[in-house]
Amino acid sequence: MKKKHLQRLDLIFKNEHDTEAILEKTFKRSNDDVINDLISSGLKGRGGAGFPTGLKWKLASEEETEVKYVICNADEGEPGTFKDREILSSVPHKVLAGMAVCARIIGAKKGFIYLRGEYLFLKPQLLEAIDKFHSLLDEMKVDFRVEIFLGSGAYICGEESALFESMEGKRGEPRNKPPFPTAQGYKDKPTVINNVETLAHTYSIFKYGPEKFRDLGIQDSRGSKVFSVSGDTPVPGIYELEFGMSLQKFVDDFADGDAKAVQVGGASGFCVPRKRFDKTVIGYQGKLRGTSLPTGGSMMIFNSSRSMYNVLHNYLDFFVEESCGQCTPCRVGTQQLLLGVEAVKKGEQPSSYLDKLMDLAEAMRITAKCGLGQSVANSFSSIVENFKEEMIY
Amino acid sequence: MAEKINLKIDNIAVNIDEGSTILEAAQKINIRIPTLCYHEDLCVAGNCRVCMVEQVGSDRLIPSCAMPVSEGMEIMTNSLKVRSARKQVVELLVSEHRAECTRCYKNGKCELQDLSSEYIVGENGYIDLIPLKGYSIDNFSPSIIKDDSKCIRCQRCVRTCNELQNIGALSVAYKGEHMKISSFYEKPMYEVVCTNCGQCINRCPTGALTEKTYFDEVWSALNSEKKHVVVQTAPAVRIALGEALGMPVGEIVTGKLVAALRRLGFNSVLDTDFTADLTIIEEGNELLQRLKKVLVDGDTSVKLPLTTSCSPGWVKFIEHAFPEYLENVSTAKSPQQMFGALAKTFYAKKIGVEPENMVSISVMPCTAKKYEADRPEMRSSGYKDVDYVLTTRELALMIKQAGIDFSSLPDDEYDSIMGESSGAAVIFGATGGVMEAALRTAYEVVTGREVPFKNLNITAVRGMEDVKEATIKIENVLPEWSFLEGAELKTCVAHGLSNAKKVMEAVRDGKAEYHFIEIMACPGGCLGGGGQPIPTSLAIRKQRSKAIYEEDSLKPIRKSHENPEVIHIYEEFLKEPLGEKSHELLHTHYTKRNRY
Repeated sequence: MKKKHLQRLDLIFKNEHDTEAILEKTFKRSNDDVINDLISSGLKGRGGAGFPTGLKWKLASEEETEVKYVICNADEGEPGTFKDREILSSVPHKVLAGMAVCARIIGAKKGFIYLRGEYLFLKPQLLEAIDKFHSLLDEMKVDFRVEIFLGSGAYICGEESALFESMEGKRGEPRNKPPFPTAQGYKDKPTVINNVETLAHTYSIFKYGPEKFRDLGIQDSRGSKVFSVSGDTPVPGIYELEFGMSLQKFVDDFADGDAKAVQVGGASGFCVPRKRFDKTVIGYQGKLRGTSLPTGGSMMIFNSSRSMYNVLHNYLDFFVEESCGQCTPCRVGTQQLLLGVEAVKKGEQPSSYLDKLMDLAEAMRITAKCGLGQSVANSFSSIVENFKEEMIY
Repeated sequence: MAEKINLKIDNIAVNIDEGSTILEAAQKINIRIPTLCYHEDLCVAGNCRVCMVEQVGSDRLIPSCAMPVSEGMEIMTNSLKVRSARKQVVELLVSEHRAECTRCYKNGKCELQDLSSEYIVGENGYIDLIPLKGYSIDNFSPSIIKDDSKCIRCQRCVRTCNELQNIGALSVAYKGEHMKISSFYEKPMYEVVCTNCGQCINRCPTGALTEKTYFDEVWSALNSEKKHVVVQTAPAVRIALGEALGMPVGEIVTGKLVAALRRLGFNSVLDTDFTADLTIIEEGNELLQRLKKVLVDGDTSVKLPLTTSCSPGWVKFIEHAFPEYLENVSTAKSPQQMFGALAKTFYAKKIGVEPENMVSISVMPCTAKKYEADRPEMRSSGYKDVDYVLTTRELALMIKQAGIDFSSLPDDEYDSIMGESSGAAVIFGATGGVMEAALRTAYEVVTGREVPFKNLNITAVRGMEDVKEATIKIENVLPEWSFLEGAELKTCVAHGLSNAKKVMEAVRDGKAEYHFIEIMACPGGCLGGGGQPIPTSLAIRKQRSKAIYEEDSLKPIRKSHENPEVIHIYEEFLKEPLGEKSHELLHTHYTKRNRY
């Protein structure tokens, strides 16, 4: 029997050059109409956290402040994620158009693309796209300008409030929330900060209407999603797929036939073992049967030749290095998790020490200041739980 | 008026202003939530995660210090989830802290120690990170010791140095496992812009930042038969020492302090207040002389405004940050150093002790005084004028070591010759005190009348406001001061170095015209000094301030120029203010320093 493949979509990367028409069309509509379209489309943040985009814009639009900002978060730092790079390379105008509409709605005159430091090579072509876009805005008499702000390589600066701190010339450390960015973001002004892919999706929604987007996906997870597929796969790369697929289908299409685990959502995501492939759905948490896993797009496939101890060790190494060091659970917790798994592996600590570490990971999840520290538990617990013998022997 | 919010904490209803935090709401109903990075003098950091509480219906815990209250909120401060998470956090902190408590200066006074005794971090803790880190101790400074192995990264010191003092000597460096509190290029504290104010020490919850102690040296001197040990006590010590010895905040313990010092074996128990009075005579005359040179002689080389020079933290600050204004700083030495110079000259001769056999000790509310005593300029007697400087805390420890029951000591009195003082000297310990003392004297010198304020209390320069200004109109002057007839003397008082910076920037930018500026490096003045008992807060500083002004009001002599011992030392030794002997012993100069 011929396997039914996952549907490949071509919304984001479709080479459409009707920015002017789309902007004109959208600008003619009322702010409420546009926001309602976004809300009814079901679009949620594609960076991984999944906040409803329309609501975010609405909240910022309701702030009564003269100066506001739109920021495109292009600090794509999650291990195994490389889709924003591709979107910015091939369809930057869609991202820019999304920013311009957002600016119009919330009342911002200034936008920034916070570009990951390692993506320096993208800067020239991005500047060219911005220049072209500025000319278009001038023709349309739209008062909005976009600047590139280059990050310096810290993973934590992808966290929105750390990103603001970094842009303000301070140390990239997450802030206390509230206040949230829509009330007090960059320079303490109301700020909409959206992931690259999120902004690109708004372009499609403005063009085709919310229904087409909503028709894709399931329940709380609507539309398509760009995935970065890597690891033990014969076909690594970037794929736009419908949200809500089962992991089994994904593995059938992309793995090498020997997949023992898939890490969904990068180092800060979850590890799903083979036995749970068919019970796992890729999408935001909702009323799904089985487990639903959100992802910023990273899908790392591991086959049976891989040591999951090494995989976990690698992630922990990463967190130990990339924690900003500000809050106790993350700064010290990451070090203890790393040293702890090493000690168990070397036999310096009994295997029961893993239970203590699992408790620690849970404590980190509920006490850490930002998403980084909170999500270390995701990979740690899912790997230790499912591959315990590999941690010990 | 702010709107009121209703919430429940541990099932107790609270009604509190909108914008308050959960921590504040809990405090209102006397529920104590443990904190560590939180300090009421500083902005909220929310980084230690000790004060986490549970909000009913929410999966993750929330930091009570940083989370504003909202209507209908239900908070649990002692649920199983909260207790277990807090214990984990404390365990983690202990694992990155060199927990050699029995060897630590802060033993018994450490907030992490308190927390770990409350949350019983048992034997089965996490892996000790200390052996993996290769820490070294920075003990090059004469004032401050920085031991990173005891640091728990709460950043109170960083916030103190950057916000409260606006110095930036301490900042966060690196990230992740390497994150630490560091200085410019990781240089020792001695080589950076650190003013030695010690405010970071006052707020450090552990033993990571402490003063360099000298009580061992002082004990040896006291136990040496050959040595005559002279001690001076700063104004702000007598209203704070009690706190460190179990007495209430704001208790005046002058008499007990003197008695304790005698019991410890000091040969001469004298008072910095005496030289505080002397400072007023020298500095007051310097001000009048500068005014004369500018107003009458048109001498453009003379600089105004004149600023005070008693606070060594302020002096080092201006040397770093505004070196172009060093000529504006009064050349008068601080009371500590005037005392030191006179102790080994005038006083030594009086009591027939060879200066080389004299050990000069001071007890100060200050850590910068240790640095000041070490400055090469401070050897006018031909010896080190002040050999060792003890903080209020160190003296409290010595009193404990000696087994003295401080609170039951009978009151005693300072020795004479350099032990008498006026109320004007006592108020040196509070922000605005030097200004008030100077005005009490200068006004009278010029007009022949007392300052025109009820009971001599110049309330305009008192209090905890960031920057205070007062203008005094001078009328009906004595003939020799006719050039000041009708003049308005404009004064300014600032405390805390961030306020000092504001004032100096205003002066630099021509936005403020003052004749005389008093600046103290520490919040509240010396009473909030870096050597004072821990903890500190605005409420504590206000209590101490109240005690200082009470001590002033009780003094029979309230004006520096009426101190009989001061009058006597001019007659017998110094001859005249700003005279030859004064220049030799009581005045100094300053050094331009790097801005980083």
